[in-house]
Parts: sequence; structure tokens; C-alpha cells
Amino acid sequence: MATNTPDEQMTGPAVSVPSIPVEEIVSICQTYGNDRHRMLDILRDVQDRFRWISPKVMETVASQTCLSRIEVEGVASFYSFLSQTPKGRVTIRLCDDIIDRFAGLAAIAEAFEEELGIKVGETSPDESFSLEYTPCIGMCDQAPAAMVNDVVVTKLTPDLARQWAQSLKAGKSPEEIVSDRFADLSPHARATAQVDNNIRHAGAVLLGPVPDDAGLKTALGLTPVQIMDMIEASGLRGCGGAGFTTGRKWKFAAAEKAEKHFVLCNADEGEPGTFKDRVLLTERPHLLVEGMTIAARAVGAREGIIYLRGEYVYLRDLIEEVLADRRARGLLGEAILGVEGFDFDLRVQMGAGAYICGEEGALISSCEGLPGEPKTRPPFPVNRGYLGYPTVVNNVETFCHAARILDRGAQWFFDMGEEGSHGTKLFSVSGDCLNPGLYEFPYGLTINELLEMVGGEDAAAVQVGGPSGTMIARDSFHRRLTFDDLATGGAIIVFSGERNVLEIVEYYMSFFVHESCGYCTPCRVGNVFLQKAIGKFRKGLANPEDIDYLKDLSGTIIETSRCGLGMTSPNPILTTLKNFPLVYSAMVKPSKDGIRATFDIQSAIDGARHLAKRRSYIYDEDFSK
Amino acid sequence: MTDQDITFTIDGVAITAKPGQTIMEAADDAGVYIPRLCDHEGLRHQGGCRVCTVKANGRSVAACTQPAAPGQTVENETPHINKLRRDLVEMLFHEGNHLCPICEASGNCELQAMAYRLEMGEPTKFPYLEPSRALDASHHDIALDTNRCISCGRCIRASKDVDGKGVFGYVGRGIHRRVAVNGEDLAHTDADASDHAMSDEVCPVGCIIRKRVGFATPIGEREFDKGLIGYEIEGKRRG
Repeated sequence: MATNTPDEQMTGPAVSVPSIPVEEIVSICQTYGNDRHRMLDILRDVQDRFRWISPKVMETVASQTCLSRIEVEGVASFYSFLSQTPKGRVTIRLCDDIIDRFAGLAAIAEAFEEELGIKVGETSPDESFSLEYTPCIGMCDQAPAAMVNDVVVTKLTPDLARQWAQSLKAGKSPEEIVSDRFADLSPHARATAQVDNNIRHAGAVLLGPVPDDAGLKTALGLTPVQIMDMIEASGLRGCGGAGFTTGRKWKFAAAEKAEKHFVLCNADEGEPGTFKDRVLLTERPHLLVEGMTIAARAVGAREGIIYLRGEYVYLRDLIEEVLADRRARGLLGEAILGVEGFDFDLRVQMGAGAYICGEEGALISSCEGLPGEPKTRPPFPVNRGYLGYPTVVNNVETFCHAARILDRGAQWFFDMGEEGSHGTKLFSVSGDCLNPGLYEFPYGLTINELLEMVGGEDAAAVQVGGPSGTMIARDSFHRRLTFDDLATGGAIIVFSGERNVLEIVEYYMSFFVHESCGYCTPCRVGNVFLQKAIGKFRKGLANPEDIDYLKDLSGTIIETSRCGLGMTSPNPILTTLKNFPLVYSAMVKPSKDGIRATFDIQSAIDGARHLAKRRSYIYDEDFSK
Repeated sequence: MTDQDITFTIDGVAITAKPGQTIMEAADDAGVYIPRLCDHEGLRHQGGCRVCTVKANGRSVAACTQPAAPGQTVENETPHINKLRRDLVEMLFHEGNHLCPICEASGNCELQAMAYRLEMGEPTKFPYLEPSRALDASHHDIALDTNRCISCGRCIRASKDVDGKGVFGYVGRGIHRRVAVNGEDLAHTDADASDHAMSDEVCPVGCIIRKRVGFATPIGEREFDKGLIGYEIEGKRRG
């Protein structure tokens, strides 16, 4: 093929399209062995280097990986961080979470728009900048926040936004703006220069002192069955939200006869308001890898993957350094700690902006280089997961707990918390409280107790478990944070009485519409209808029967959706209907004349009026002009 | 029936399944029809439209992908499940532009036929999303109107697995997910009117249109003039 083939020109406004040399695309593909299962890495690299994935690139990638162009396009068009139009040299992604909105996102956006001369959603004509919104980037404790290429900026003010924009316009790189000597900093120092940990309360298991690899050393003296018995006896349940018993999950995978087993870590915490894994990845990365190594020994896996959400790309170097260090010290690789036959290594798989990849089947699809679509169950991942092999997928916090249990014993962990919810849990607290940040407590705390600790006594509503969880009102603040009462993957979002509950609900529905993968009808289409219906309530155009409509449609989506996203996406509506009924009833108006408030006769006849070239006696915009 | 065969019930009717069969496959063999749109004989199961939702021991599952299990109690045509299905079919009607009176698939359309079977007689309650994607009439023999697409993906699987071509694929995410072609337009793919993917049995609606053959079948002789959708499967049992 000819070298330096200029890529095809974009149609539309005159934007100079950078030429993408075919041999560079070929070379990127070769870096990943032309392996179609590494499609996400290939496309991420192309995006990073050339700022878009052109049709020509897709053809080259397809031919290198023996796929069709449409299959490559299917991946390229699925992930928010991959673009099929050229992006600016600097892409600024403003975190558009409800917390950021309440913390002044609009003024931040305005400051960037003014300084950069582009609107949100646009790329500057000289391709210097792209400005866009992105859902929760895991910084709710220090909102408003943004990503500037791979760098995270938090606690933004309009002034700070202007300073950033001016420095960027002056040619400084985002890294240089964070620190003049960014390159000299350790990966950990780089991460903490961008993002605060905000650890507010350290518990006994994860955030207190943790000895190096003590759990792994214990595991070496145990058989795989003993390890799994210990994890099961501790009562540890998955900390990502679903709460499946970890020991049993490992046993299912171990029992599956196969040529290979895999251990995958779900570090794709995308539930708005959740940021606990961010802190563990920053402060306890060794503990995480230790936990994965123990899991590998238990189930007989030799390979693993940490699936890191695209928004946490600023932590990639930190994790890679930890992996390299552990390899150098014989804690990863062949014959771990000198034990013949105990081989385990892992790689980091970067995500690219897709909440659904936190669903374990979707996470596996994404690791396989596919669009992040959940897989049909059965088979379950423990039976046939990554590339068809038995696979354990656990959350970051779960692996960290497992390592600690091996060190301190099952009973130690079991004795904390309460029946059915053992050990401690990390809570990411954000919103209207004095001390947002990370809290580690044994299960069983009441919301009141937590609110007192975080300085959120004025709360009128608390969103437990993020949008897919439960929104509760004051009359439920005596309830407890356990799997059997108020279950949460970690998010606790505090809202004061100043906040508009319907605004929050509308935002959460728009989030689910944005993040639905689109595979199944109810989630793809039904959530759009729910969002539109909430919009009617917000505008005061809802009828009393619209409350039944919301419940009815929610029920269908929950009962027929293919995965957990659709099975929980109506929760913001259902839990607020139940716990804040007055918010809805205050907004509905019974119609006197049988005409629905949403029916706008004036606009309905306007099109016909124009076609007929007639003026209207009922309504005619032209008369008033 | 062999030793390994599984027995279970659908709406009280005893069904025998071979090991590895899904609930739907076993039901089809037994002459019990479970409504479906994205599933089609000879193609891989997808489990995307969810119209085949049934309750297996009380739990919602897609009958096309859920393995039959011994002793399982499956509910299929209950008023509640048919209501869920009607909602799903209505969602598909409202997601695209489905104007039956002007569509050449009318009478042969599975979406329309499913609406009749599920007695979708009243005015529907959802808002219309009214997509306006360009018609792809580039190909000599085939036209594509993806505004009528219900994202069943049958053409994708037929082209890839049966024709060995890969003319179609999904692109985008969420409500923007849609079927697209492997090239600039259909004329720039290796699509051919003789492909299984282009045959009138694969596209359940009027999205893939074969040119110059429309409206050839008189009303009264179209596929679903003969009976409600599912009549062939149900006929096995009655017959």
C-alpha cells in the first residue's frame, strides 16, 4: 500500500483533516498482534494519536484483524471516547453529573465556551479544542470536575476554568498545567496532584494499615479449596452492587474443567456518585493485585485483566508501575514467590466511556474487543466467560477484601457487620454535606448515623446506591446500610431540601438513556419514553393518569430487560414515586375539558397551515410578527 | 423420547425437550407458539426484542435463549405476559415509522401481524420518535428503509452466518443503535438479491425491500391473511 495516503476529506464545514498514514495504523494493529480481541486497545491508540477513527482507518484495521469494516465500526461507534469525526488536539470533557450541575457546571461550561470560542459539543475550526459533556467521571466528592485529555481537573470554578483555557491556548499541555515537573513525579504523585483521595474515615479492613502481601503469603500455604472455604466462611459478598457470595463464585469457576481460567477485575465504577474504587486504585493497588493473585491461585487462573474505566486513565501509569514492580519482585509472573507452577500475570484493559461495561458480561465483551454488550446468560461467566473460558469477575473492593481475609482470617471479617452483611464497606459520599469523601464502616450503619458523620443532617433526600439504587426521604433515614435493607455498591448522594427531586430524576433518566447499550427493546426504547414522561411532569403538562403510565411502563422495562441496567433504570422514578409522592401529585393537573395538556393544537395545525398557505383564525404566528 | 429428554410444562401443556434445547425450540417442536420477532428459524438466537419473554418458575426469561430445564413451569400466554409483549411491540412501532397502509410489507409484516395477535387495537400511548434516516436506494435490486427497522438483527446473522458475507452490522449505542451496511451504501457492499439476508423471510418488516416486486401479492393471499402469526407452529399441535 502507498505510504502517507491522505485520508478522505470530511464533507461539511471546511475542517482540515489530518492525514493518517496507513502504515501507522498497520503498526498499531501489529503492536497488538493484529488480534481482533484487542480492538478496543487498537482503536484507543488510533484515537489518541490521530484524534478520530476515519472510515479509511476502519478499513485498514478491519483488514489487519480479519474483520469486516462494519464490525470495526460497531466498536468505534459504541464507545463515547472514540470519535468518527476529528476531535481537537485537546478534548475537554466536562463532568455532567447532577452533583456537578448543582455545584455550578453551567458557569464552568460558559467560562470554557467564552475562552475557547466554541460551544459544548463543538470542535474549534483549527482543531485546537473539543468541548463536550460526559457522564459522571467519579469525582463527585470534588465537583465540578473535568477531563482534559487524560488529565483530571477537580473543584473547578469559572476562574480556574478560564485559567486552564488560557494556559492551554498558550500552548501548555494539560500535564504541564498540573505541575511544571509532571514528568519527574511518580505516578502516585501525579495522580494525587490531580485528584484528592478525601479519605474521611478509615476502617479496619481496607483504609487502615495494611501489611504487604500478608494474605498472599498465607494463601501459599493453603490449597485452593481451603482458600475458597475461607472466603466463603468470611461471608464476603461482591462489593460492586449485586452482592453475590464471592467464595461461591470462585468455587463455581474452579469446578469448571477447562484449559484456562481467567480472573478479571471490574474497575469500571460508573454508577454516578461512586468513587470508592478510584481511591483503592490510588492507595491500595498492591492489595488489589494481591487479591487477584489469590483468586488466581484459588481457581487455577494464569491470566487476568484489570478493566479500568476510560475516565480513570490518569491512574493507568500508577497501575502499570505496580504491575512492573510486582513482576520484578516475583509477585507476578512465573513461579510466584518461588512456588513452582503458580504462574499468574495480568494486563490493564482501558475502557472508553461506557457505563454498561460495569455489567460483567458487557465487561467481558469489551475485553474481547467487542461493543460493550451484555452476554446471554446462561452460560454464566464462571462457566464460560472471557473468550469462552471460566472467568471470575469481581469488583476492586471485593478483591481487596479477599486479600485481607486471607491475612486476618475468615472469623475476623465475619464478626464485623451483621448477619448477611459481613465486614466493612466503602461509602462514597457526595452532594449536600460538609465532608464529602470516602468512609469505611462495618455494614449496619443507619443513614442517620452516616449523615451525622458526613455533616449532612439537613438532608431531605438520600440516593443510596446511585441512580440504579433507592432514593429515600427523611422518614427512612433510620434504615440500615446492609444487603437486606439498603443495599449499595457504595454511592451515597445527599440532597438538601433546596433540590428539585424531579430535576434529579430527569437527569438520572437521561443518564440511562445515554448509557443503554441498545441491545434489547425495553431498555433501548422504554427508557426514552420514561425520560420524555418525566419531562412532561417537569413542565407541568402531566395528567393524573401519567403517574400510572410511569409505573406501568417502568414495570414492563424491569420485567423484560435483558440485563441489570434495564432492570434497575426505572428505579429513580419508582423510588421517588413511592417516597416523594407529593412531588409528583403537585405537578399533575386534571384536565377540565378532556384535552391533554401536552396536546398543543396551535403547533399541531401550524405545519398544515403552511402547506395550505393559509392563515389561521385560531393561531397564527405570522399575525403577531 | 430418550432417557436424557427433559420434560416441563408451558401453560400446563407437557413439553418434551432434547438436552440443550431452549424453551422456544422445544415449544416449536411441540406445536406451542411463543411470540417472537428477532428469532428466526435457522439463525442464531439473539434475545434482543424480548417479545418471547415468558415466566420460567416465575422468573422473566427470553424463551429463545433460555435452556429448557426439567420440571420447569413456564407461563406463556397469560394476560400479564401478553400485556408485556404488547408494550414491547408498541415500543417498536413508536421507535420507527410504521405506516402500514403505505408499506409494501403490509400483510407479510411480522410486526404488524404480532400487533394483531396481541390485540393491539386501541390507540397507543407512547410518543412517536419519528426517525428520518435517508433511504438507501443505491443498489440495483434492493432498497433499505431503516426507518422501518426494528433492530432484530436477522439480516446481520443471515448475511454473516448463512451467506458468509457480513453485509450488515449494528453501529451506535442505545437509542442510536441501528443496522448499517458494510460500506458507504448498499451498492458498495457485496449484497445480492439472491442472498438469504435479502429474502422476504429474513426481514420481518418493510426495511429490506426488493425492488420491482412490491404489492404483487393480492390482499387475501398475503402471508398473514392465512392466519394469525404463529399459525404454522400451532397447526402442528392441532393437526
